[in-house]
Amino acid sequence: MERNLMKGNEALAEAAIRAGCKCFFGYPITPQTELAAYMAKRMHKAGGVFLQAESEIAAINMVLGAASTGVRAMTSSSSPGISLKSEGISYLAGSDLPAVIINVQRGGPGLGGIQPSQADYFQATKALGHGDFHVLVFAPASVQEMVDFVVKAFDKADQYRMPAMILADGLLGQMMEPVSFPEITPCAHDKSSWAADGHKFKREHHIINSLYLSPDQLQSSVMDRFERYEKIKAEETDAELYLTDDCDILLCAFGATARVVRSAVNDARALGIKAGLFRPRTLWPFPVKEINQAAQSAKKLLSVEMSMGQMIDDIKLAINCSKPVEFFGRTGGVIPTPAEVLAEIKRIGGAE
Amino acid sequence: MTTEILLAGFGGQGILFAGKILAYCGLMDNKELSWLPSYGPEMRGGTCNCSVCISDQPIGSPLVTAPDLLIAMNQPSFDKFAETVKPGGKIFYDSTLIEPETTRTDITLFGIPSQQLADDNELKGGSNIILLGKLLKETEICTLDTMKKAIERVVPPSKAHLIANNFRAIELGMNS
Repeated sequence: MERNLMKGNEALAEAAIRAGCKCFFGYPITPQTELAAYMAKRMHKAGGVFLQAESEIAAINMVLGAASTGVRAMTSSSSPGISLKSEGISYLAGSDLPAVIINVQRGGPGLGGIQPSQADYFQATKALGHGDFHVLVFAPASVQEMVDFVVKAFDKADQYRMPAMILADGLLGQMMEPVSFPEITPCAHDKSSWAADGHKFKREHHIINSLYLSPDQLQSSVMDRFERYEKIKAEETDAELYLTDDCDILLCAFGATARVVRSAVNDARALGIKAGLFRPRTLWPFPVKEINQAAQSAKKLLSVEMSMGQMIDDIKLAINCSKPVEFFGRTGGVIPTPAEVLAEIKRIGGAE
Repeated sequence: MTTEILLAGFGGQGILFAGKILAYCGLMDNKELSWLPSYGPEMRGGTCNCSVCISDQPIGSPLVTAPDLLIAMNQPSFDKFAETVKPGGKIFYDSTLIEPETTRTDITLFGIPSQQLADDNELKGGSNIILLGKLLKETEICTLDTMKKAIERVVPPSKAHLIANNFRAIELGMNS
């Protein structure tokens, strides 16, 4: 397959177009802007709509409208912009609408900075808006995975009728790597039972709504959704296990940080330290089964994140605190180096 | 084996472009590679840098903090990054603009007056490519043929008439 060089942000956009995304609504923000710029150039040639909205809030509500008609719709932003979108994402979830949201994370809180960060882990996996709901969260660690996961996100969003997020970061968004585009055949999902795409006097109205004034009705709609979540938790987890079979110390990292950690694991192995890497590709659902398998021989776990420690909570829950879990993190846009991670591996007792 | 390269200079000197050519050299040779620009306030006027990794193995961190090879195109970049070069590493710098002050004895310096050479040869903005030519000559990064193919891929079709000038700049660098 032909290899091309592309920036992560551009690869996300191209993959979305190839996955059949027909509507993109966005608003510029560093370090995500190349995605919207690419869409502006290409979307109309692909027979779709690119629209730069007046704000992030407008953009997500345009996604809500487009998704209501059954077309594949997407928006993208970076951390502060995602906060603005959170109300709309909650409405999408409450209306059982599929859509893809991309977060190319930067440092926070507030306006924060523009350098890479993973400090929106809690937001993405626990509370991407108000109310009882989840979104699918995919965590690519390479430009190729950015392509593959966008395609998957659209398919799974349609399959489960729920929003899906790609949780990337400024490093992945800005870097170029070889990437190839597989022949993509988007799964065809029948949306005729719910899409508000014009009844033409031939069927009942389809009403897209997230308002239930009766507590019983609201409870039952939320419970229905949570039944679906159970199925997703059982079937949709995905993780990479690297050198975990005999590991004494299991490092846990996702996204760009996992690349740094992989180098540190290789360096540790070269020194005779049995280190391994658990890299979740899905953050919600969290790969519980996979981390327990990876941690089997480990005496200690070490979560490495570009935040003050967020995924570490899910790790402790997933292994039921059966082993000590340590943390090493950088935040505010600082990227950890392999040497720092290796020093941490040695410090917490990976060395003989 | 992984070669980590850092290119640094002022915005507008073609740092990212030169980095892109190196990245495409890796692509042409069917290697693993990454290219990472600085995208902070520096690209809005001021210093600019670009990390390129070329390897036989998948690339870990694309951020180069200890380069094997450094191309420095201004004094602040030389001063900032010369200390970070790995022992045994090489620095390629523009001697028109840079006073190479360093206490390092474990690295090799290649200074060529690339800015002056570009001006003398009517290669406006070609200083970056001249330095790339020098790097090509003094390392095993790739063949001249590969680099020429990379240049043909990187130069946009609307500027195809500049390909010959880039080739000339590479040769100037190799011969200086």
